[in-house]
Amino acid sequence: MGHYLLRRLLIAIPSLLGISVVLFTVLALAPGDPFSEMALNPNIPPEVQAALRKHFGLDDPIWQRYFRWLVAMLHGDWGFSFISRVDVDTLIWQRVPVTLAVIGISQVLALLIALPVGIYSAARPYSWFDRIASTLALVGFSLPTFFTGLLLILLFSIKLDWLPFVYRGDLTATGWDWWVQQFKQSIMPITVLGLFQAAGWTRYVRSATLDVIRLDFVTTARSKGLRERAVILKHVVRNAMIPVVTLVALTMPQVFGGAVVTEQIFRVPGIGSLLIDAIQRNDTPVVMAATFVLACLVILFNLLADLLYGWLDPRISYR
Amino acid sequence: MAGSTLASATAEPLVPAAPALPRRSVSPWAEAWRRFKRHRLAVIGLVVLGVMILLVAFGPMLWRVQINDIDFSARLNAPTANHPFGTDDLGQDIFARMLYGGRISLAVGLSAMLMAMVVGVTIGAIAGISRGAVDAALMWLTDLFLSLPLLPLLLVLTYLFRDALKSILGPEIGVFILVVVVIGAFGWMSVARLVRAQFFSLREKEFVEAARALGASIPRQVTRHILPNALGPVIVAGTLNVASAIILESTLSFLGLGFPPDIPTWGRILFDSKEYLDIAPHWALFPGTAISLTVLCINFVGDGLRDALDPRKVL
Repeated sequence: MGHYLLRRLLIAIPSLLGISVVLFTVLALAPGDPFSEMALNPNIPPEVQAALRKHFGLDDPIWQRYFRWLVAMLHGDWGFSFISRVDVDTLIWQRVPVTLAVIGISQVLALLIALPVGIYSAARPYSWFDRIASTLALVGFSLPTFFTGLLLILLFSIKLDWLPFVYRGDLTATGWDWWVQQFKQSIMPITVLGLFQAAGWTRYVRSATLDVIRLDFVTTARSKGLRERAVILKHVVRNAMIPVVTLVALTMPQVFGGAVVTEQIFRVPGIGSLLIDAIQRNDTPVVMAATFVLACLVILFNLLADLLYGWLDPRISYR
Repeated sequence: MAGSTLASATAEPLVPAAPALPRRSVSPWAEAWRRFKRHRLAVIGLVVLGVMILLVAFGPMLWRVQINDIDFSARLNAPTANHPFGTDDLGQDIFARMLYGGRISLAVGLSAMLMAMVVGVTIGAIAGISRGAVDAALMWLTDLFLSLPLLPLLLVLTYLFRDALKSILGPEIGVFILVVVVIGAFGWMSVARLVRAQFFSLREKEFVEAARALGASIPRQVTRHILPNALGPVIVAGTLNVASAIILESTLSFLGLGFPPDIPTWGRILFDSKEYLDIAPHWALFPGTAISLTVLCINFVGDGLRDALDPRKVL
């Protein structure tokens, strides 16, 4: 197991490096740099400008700048946000837990819906339940999260006034009250994200389960006289979960994208809204770090999925 | 495109069919259409999409209200006869803005899909034909792209290049090209994988082997024998790709990083509306519904096409 983990890690590192190269190149190729505005300032003599550019190595070849940046990143030096006047890493680590909590809970919700509904649909294909569930799933993943989010705000915050529509990171309440308020303000973001993901996964769970149900070993299990419930739960589901885990891993980038949108709608102070704020305020160090952290999180979740995969499917050798 | 295969399929079978089987001589496309029509939601989706396209194509000529007709006496009005979809905070007619913006939303969806398809089919075909090291490298690239956080990258890319492209190509075309290119550049991976898988299975089929034995060059094998047979799944993927491109464009605009306010795509109208949700909900409801309805219909059509174009599925 340890060996397998190590090998997966060794595969993840090149992808992380690949992502960082892509990100860095994009930022480097983009027109304008932090000193382009300075060039227009007549109060700064050209010699000073040139010296500053040289000091920060802005005219070095791009690969040299990349390695300098990479080494700094690895040392935990993520730069300084000139807009917020804080170190970028403090800013990021404040936000990451919020995002992880919202994403984590909504994904659990999505799985709690998608697994039973998808499996039940596949066990009775083309029944009424299956038809309704499949159509609802298609509708669910066609509705963009930014619209469903606005609809929920309109209904539950404005019309009914049950839930707050701004998520506050600094709740003043304590004890039991804190949990109540936290719960109330988290319902909508989690529902929007969870239902959207559940809709997509339901379709996939259904088709993965249908693929397995047709196999011979399921017929064998049935002909041994096992009850249908046991056949489905013990023989079908475990095998159908293997492709589902892959899909969950593959949709991770999309999940984080959805988090950016929901965080923006409900003003959840997570890393997604940090990224958007940074973009709107031209805060390049924060943009870079936030994107990179999002990429790292995606890779981390892929890694977790790989491990789960190995556990679910003993045919994958750990060696 | 599939001239030779179509012709041979329409010809009478050489061996007389067993009498019990009804004799059919319909082209594959007519057969596909027959299967498609059985999918009721897909047909409804196709009709709604058709109406939508006609509306945005000809609507602005018939509904002759300027999209930037500012009227402060009619701010945030709910729908009336004069303004069927109401007005926004500047008193501009939302219906006119949506007709005009819909053109751009749909055009972005189609163009980004075309770009993703061209890139995806090319990469998938090269990987599927060459195999070995080239295939491994291309698939590594595909996996890398698949693991990129799509939306954050799109945001960063538009943020970085928007101003430059705007100044070179003008605000409308510049932003349009930028949005299409960034969405297309991240939409090709599933198509590439699909095409590669199709190539892997098709190139071992007897008819391709026969073409190879007859001395057909690789480009001929690909264009005449493999690609036409891989077309069905590619068409389905392309259809679904339009839906995701429309969602991505709306998302970018909704986050304030797509089109500027004078180019009111549906996502942009939604972005402008969200501060007024409590006093003017109609402003958000109409564009939001338009996006959802379009995407839903495209997905229904895609589902119908999947059933219609898969010859193994008996209907």
